Amino acid sequence: MSQQLSFYVHIPYCAKRCGYCDFNTYTPGELKSGDLDALSSSYIDSTIREIQMASQVVGPAVVPTVFFGGGTPSLLPAAQLARVIGAIRSNFTIEQGVEITLEVNPDSVSRPFLDEIKSVGATRISMGMQSAVGSVLKTLGRTHHPESVGQAVTMARASGFEHVSVDLIYGSPGETMEDWQKSLEYALSLDIDHISAYALIVEKGTKLAAQVNRGELTMPPDDQSADKYLLADELFEAAGFSWYELSNWSKPGGQCRHNIAYWDGSFWWGVGAGAHSYFKGKRWWNVKHPGSYQERISLGQSPESCHEILTPGNLLDEFIMLQMRRREGIMHSRLNSSQLSKAEDFLCSGFLDTASWSDLRLVLNRNGRLIADRIVRELVL
Amino acid sequence: MPAIDLSKAPQPAATRPEQIRNFCIIAHIDHGKSTLADRMLGITGVVDARNMRAQYLDRMDIERERGITIKSQAVRLPWRSGLDGQEYILNMIDTPGHVDFTYEVSRSLAACEGAILLVDCAQGIEAQTLANLHLAMENDLTVIPVLNKIDLPSAQPDKFAIELSKLVGCRPEDCLRVSGKSGIGVEGLLDQIVAQIPAPKGNSEGPARALIFDSVYDTYRGVVTYVRVFDGHLSPREQIQMFSTGVKHELLDIGVISPEPVSSKGLGVGEVGYLITGVKEVRQSRVGDTVTSFHRPALEALSGYEDPKPMVFSGLFPIDGDQYPLLQDALDKLQLNDAALVYEPENSAALGFGFRCGFLGLLHMEIVRERLEREFDLTLISTAPNVVYTVTTESGQELVVTNPSEYPNGKVAQVREPLVKATILSPADYIGTIMELCQQRRGSLIGMDYLSEDRVEIRYALPLAEIVFDFFDQLKSRTRGYASLDYEPIGEAEGDLVKVDILLQGEKVDAFSSIVHREKAYSYGVMMTSKLRELIPRQQFEVPIQAAIGAKIIARETIRAIRKDVLAKCYGGDISRKRKLLEKQREGKKRMKMVGRVEVPQEAFIAALSTNSDKESGKAKK
Repeated sequence: MSQQLSFYVHIPYCAKRCGYCDFNTYTPGELKSGDLDALSSSYIDSTIREIQMASQVVGPAVVPTVFFGGGTPSLLPAAQLARVIGAIRSNFTIEQGVEITLEVNPDSVSRPFLDEIKSVGATRISMGMQSAVGSVLKTLGRTHHPESVGQAVTMARASGFEHVSVDLIYGSPGETMEDWQKSLEYALSLDIDHISAYALIVEKGTKLAAQVNRGELTMPPDDQSADKYLLADELFEAAGFSWYELSNWSKPGGQCRHNIAYWDGSFWWGVGAGAHSYFKGKRWWNVKHPGSYQERISLGQSPESCHEILTPGNLLDEFIMLQMRRREGIMHSRLNSSQLSKAEDFLCSGFLDTASWSDLRLVLNRNGRLIADRIVRELVL
Repeated sequence: MPAIDLSKAPQPAATRPEQIRNFCIIAHIDHGKSTLADRMLGITGVVDARNMRAQYLDRMDIERERGITIKSQAVRLPWRSGLDGQEYILNMIDTPGHVDFTYEVSRSLAACEGAILLVDCAQGIEAQTLANLHLAMENDLTVIPVLNKIDLPSAQPDKFAIELSKLVGCRPEDCLRVSGKSGIGVEGLLDQIVAQIPAPKGNSEGPARALIFDSVYDTYRGVVTYVRVFDGHLSPREQIQMFSTGVKHELLDIGVISPEPVSSKGLGVGEVGYLITGVKEVRQSRVGDTVTSFHRPALEALSGYEDPKPMVFSGLFPIDGDQYPLLQDALDKLQLNDAALVYEPENSAALGFGFRCGFLGLLHMEIVRERLEREFDLTLISTAPNVVYTVTTESGQELVVTNPSEYPNGKVAQVREPLVKATILSPADYIGTIMELCQQRRGSLIGMDYLSEDRVEIRYALPLAEIVFDFFDQLKSRTRGYASLDYEPIGEAEGDLVKVDILLQGEKVDAFSSIVHREKAYSYGVMMTSKLRELIPRQQFEVPIQAAIGAKIIARETIRAIRKDVLAKCYGGDISRKRKLLEKQREGKKRMKMVGRVEVPQEAFIAALSTNSDKESGKAKK
């Protein structure tokens, strides 16, 4: 049984920063350089070098999934992204039915780009839709053209992509239930097989945070978020999408296997500025700034910034923390007696799926999913 | 300069009473008592300039920090009078300045024949000046009025000489003028002490009787007992007996303080010094008690002894339950040197295991708390301080309630609460706001006098319960710091008092119960319920918070159930951070107290129970 290693590749460039974004990404203005092509070419050189370093550390491995995230991966020429896939292929063994996901910006993606990236091995496209309502998009600092999502989906399908996913955000300041419903219905009208839906979290240091602090924007009440989540789940299920993780729904065969690798304890190597990795009980993350990242690589050094070696206690905590988010839940046999008795309390309070319980599985039902963090906290104690 | 070499001065047990003068200095806080005492030590040569350490006689750090004296000391000063050239022995007894320790002050006074009434002539007469003057007069002491700090630019000696002389009953020119800091007038003061204060009188042939006016625990020597001999004499290695305990002791050491302890051949009539009997607890050597000879005991004790009476109670709980044995140990150790501190174990459903402690007053309470936290490294929650109530139930049973949770549940026929007479001195400008404050606190005016054109003395009878909670702070803030306060217990009065309970989800939280006046019950209920609504996090179910008197609900708030947590995404880069958050929450959970099913964080208890005196001491620490 050969070992498996997934790859995450981080592309830290965006044309502009959205109001809520706190990812490790840089606009040309922030980088003080306008020439994205030149920048990205040398950046990709570095990622390829890192992939080579990875193979020194890991040895031979089969790669089941690759995920290009960012930033905006689709800002780069397809050829550059193809070089990365090529590097993985030459240093490792790419699995037969490999899943290679690319995040794209619906505003700026083109048919030629999609064709090209498909031809070099990409199998899945994911795009940020967030909302179908102009005013909500404006609050989030996104484009004013919700229809571009539909167009991008159509293009992706036409290019031959079997798997297309959209991301939605609910709970933006000023978003009504009707707004959310519109967004849901729009998303479900598209020819996609996967949806992610997240509650908006206002992160410190973002433009949105500043606006909320100044009182220009007001966050909607928590309870409304609960209703929005429930509505989403209801509509998704009705349209043939099943939840497989707290924030992810898919049609049969449409689950994102790369994300599942994060939750089931599989190993992956994060390539690029600020990328996180997990291999044999060690978690580490790279230096964040693309400039520093490239400098380290050029000196032949590892781009690792920090790491932690997981103790058995850590591993147990993570197991519960991650498994509870999934539809599979946790087998009773994996819990000790005090955890099981706490779980029973949750069952009695109506937060667990009773059918699964009879199958000796701990699975959150819809109400339970709303308070998943709290339930995990109790179990982990 | 008439200082005498100590070795050539009259020796203890060989000093004639006519050569002795026993005096103390009484003054309001910060009027310069300790500085004056320092100066006297220097001038008499007892402490030479090199060893002079500011405020030599204050021992405890806390006292130094706060600039107050808590424990008294006694020093033997030799002095050749500038008026008659004779040698004398002056025994200076330094008295505590705070209202909480009035009993100790009174016993120090009882050991003297005279008192220096010291008034800062930049500040004028303050409440404690008056209170202590009354005490001195009650003890028939000769009072020498002295104006201090005459070297200050803001000094107004002439003005205050007039006020002071009226108070004491002398002529303005009889008020001495000194500066403890620079030494001006201090020699003359020492001469006046010799001239005005009578020599002690006693029966040197009679059975020994000595008054204990202070008792201090020392780690090396055990308890050091300070005494003034009235009759007979005490000798080294003599067998003695304490009147109140009846216990026999051997005098392991006896001597005088000059300013360090010096063993002597004994102590005779009128002399002041120390005894070491080998006892390990100050409770065995009680202030106000009489020491007599075992083999030839006196028939009657000296008058004035009282058991210390705690006035204010509070529950002290370690935040970390594991520290309970440490708290027990710490209180046991503090008790060695604190005859007034009482405590017994208390179990609170909300706060766990702790102790209900009794104190002489708020300052005493604060000092004890600070010593526990600082010297013994404990972190404590204390409940709001309460006074002692006498409750008569309908069936006629009388209960003394020191803990609100002991308050009887059934109907009560009568509740009595302790009253104090508060004496407030203030500039006349603030009469209105002071009276308003006292009325608000259920006070009744006893009287008001003008000490001068612009200074007034106001006397109110107030329930002690109204004083223990931020009365002093309010007074200071309404009068821009100019008013001063002193109070003394004046018995009990019936009050229309009720017990307000706070319930979470129907369960009483004992830590929050309080006994309040019926008219204030509603606002207390509203205040606590809304405070708790802010402090307690939302739970998975609705939490009603209620304030109740008996079964009757008088205020309520509701904490809505939380339907949704933050459902953040969790991909590769989030896992480490999320797990660490979980670990932190797990630690936080240990500090969570359960009230029924409701999780109440420790911070909520602390915030809900914090009194202004806590906030004050918090500020003081910074």
